[in-house]
Amino acid sequence: MDKIQENLLAEIADLHGIPTGAYNIRANGEGAGRRSTEHIEITTKTDKPGIDIRIADNTVRESMHIPVIISETGLTEAVYNDFFIGKNCDVTIIAGCGIHNCGTQKSEHDGIHTFFVGENSKVRYVEKHYGEGDGNGEIVLNPQTIVHMDAGSYMEMDTVQIKGVDSTIRTTKADVADNATLIIKEKIMTHGKQHAETDFTVDLNGEGSSTNVISRSVARDDSTQLFVSNIRGNNKCAGHSECDAIIMDNGKVGALPKVEANCVDASLIHEAAIGKIAGEQIIKLMGLGLTEAEAEEMIVNGFLK
Amino acid sequence: MLELRNISYNVADEGQDKEILKNVNITLSDDKFFVITGPNGGGKSSLAKIIAGIYKPSSGQIIYDGKDITDMSITDRARLGISFAFQQPVRFKGLTVKDLLTLAAGEELKASACDYLSEVGLCAHDYINREVNASLSGGELKRIEIALTIARGSKLTIFDEPEAGIDLWSFSNLITVFEDLKKKTNGSIVIISHQERIINIADEIILIANGEVVKHGNKEEVMPLFSGSTFKCKFK
Repeated sequence: MDKIQENLLAEIADLHGIPTGAYNIRANGEGAGRRSTEHIEITTKTDKPGIDIRIADNTVRESMHIPVIISETGLTEAVYNDFFIGKNCDVTIIAGCGIHNCGTQKSEHDGIHTFFVGENSKVRYVEKHYGEGDGNGEIVLNPQTIVHMDAGSYMEMDTVQIKGVDSTIRTTKADVADNATLIIKEKIMTHGKQHAETDFTVDLNGEGSSTNVISRSVARDDSTQLFVSNIRGNNKCAGHSECDAIIMDNGKVGALPKVEANCVDASLIHEAAIGKIAGEQIIKLMGLGLTEAEAEEMIVNGFLK
Repeated sequence: MLELRNISYNVADEGQDKEILKNVNITLSDDKFFVITGPNGGGKSSLAKIIAGIYKPSSGQIIYDGKDITDMSITDRARLGISFAFQQPVRFKGLTVKDLLTLAAGEELKASACDYLSEVGLCAHDYINREVNASLSGGELKRIEIALTIARGSKLTIFDEPEAGIDLWSFSNLITVFEDLKKKTNGSIVIISHQERIINIADEIILIANGEVVKHGNKEEVMPLFSGSTFKCKFK
């Protein structure tokens, strides 16, 4: 692995070398390292690009890394990763994709991740997207996440895209069974002429199921963003979505939060707030000795922390 | 020492030019408590914001320690040693009490964070990592705002109605905070207030009504003007 690839790994997964536990590293469209463990088995798919990850029942306090890095210009790939998580597990999965594009052609990675979360299992899923490079080639990431949650399970998705991705369309679809909970936290910052779209659909099918979809984003320069969410309450359930966006320069953000109650006991809330940084916030921080630019930076960093 | 020379401040109000402050002249010497008081809408807060650099005066000069700071930014005034505590403190999504205290103190916080918060009656353990967002009550925010001024330790600190919204915390504690701050900074404290108990600790009181300084003097000179309805009838 060269310096560029090592840097990408550090950016997306905080990895400085080979991780402990199970891992699968994909670099420039090929496997660059893999380790299965006693409870986490990783196998290559035979019908299409990607891997199957099988986590045994009762696997607790284990983590796995599945980073993807691309440093070749002009590489376009769609990868299918399926996660079969057994019952009563407590695991952390760290995914992410970093692209270094120094060329003139488009580099694109579309990761399609499907999760089957077993009964009473707890999953933390962390996904970070990052792009860099001084070429004119576009960096495109279009992740899809499909989540099937069994009764009593809990999943927390933490997704971050702060830098360097020219275009992204993130699609997340989930169905949530009895007493299961899905938490989605998304953080996005776009610059230049970048565009980011996120589209969440959550079906709260089970009695006592719940979800909380929280998006915080900053659109700077001439970048654009669109947030779409649809929470369908199909049983006695609780759903909440929150889109909070800061616009700067000529940035544009649209929010289409939708809630759909198909059961009289469904309790659903959506909130969306878009606006520039409040002048009073800048004044307060300037009063503590920061310049206007430093104050803006601190507010944005805090907002996306 | 801070001098306000012929300060006027006008704003556009429904197409009309409205005078908020009219030719105000005040000298605030070092190491003293000043209370600016007077009826609502009289121009007290505007005056404080002009000193802090938040509002620009329409005319006049502001001289701080012999230096003309009239055109200086909020940042430069803060760095010179002027601190301002908002009447209604600002909320920040994502920034914690610790972030703001660290910025105010200008150094990495260690044990002192606890001291700043305990001085305003808050337990550091409970508050230091809290976000300064809508989850804090108005009273909690107000106390954090005061803790920031303690951490800042500026030579001139201006409080805009510090007592408003202070919940479950005694007035005498607030006064102790002001006294300790003054002792620590050897500086001056300017408090905008209607509260008699705060007026009582002032070395000098400035009574402002209708955008003008009606009286600037000690308690004995100014207090006779506060005879209930007389005060209201005369200046409102």
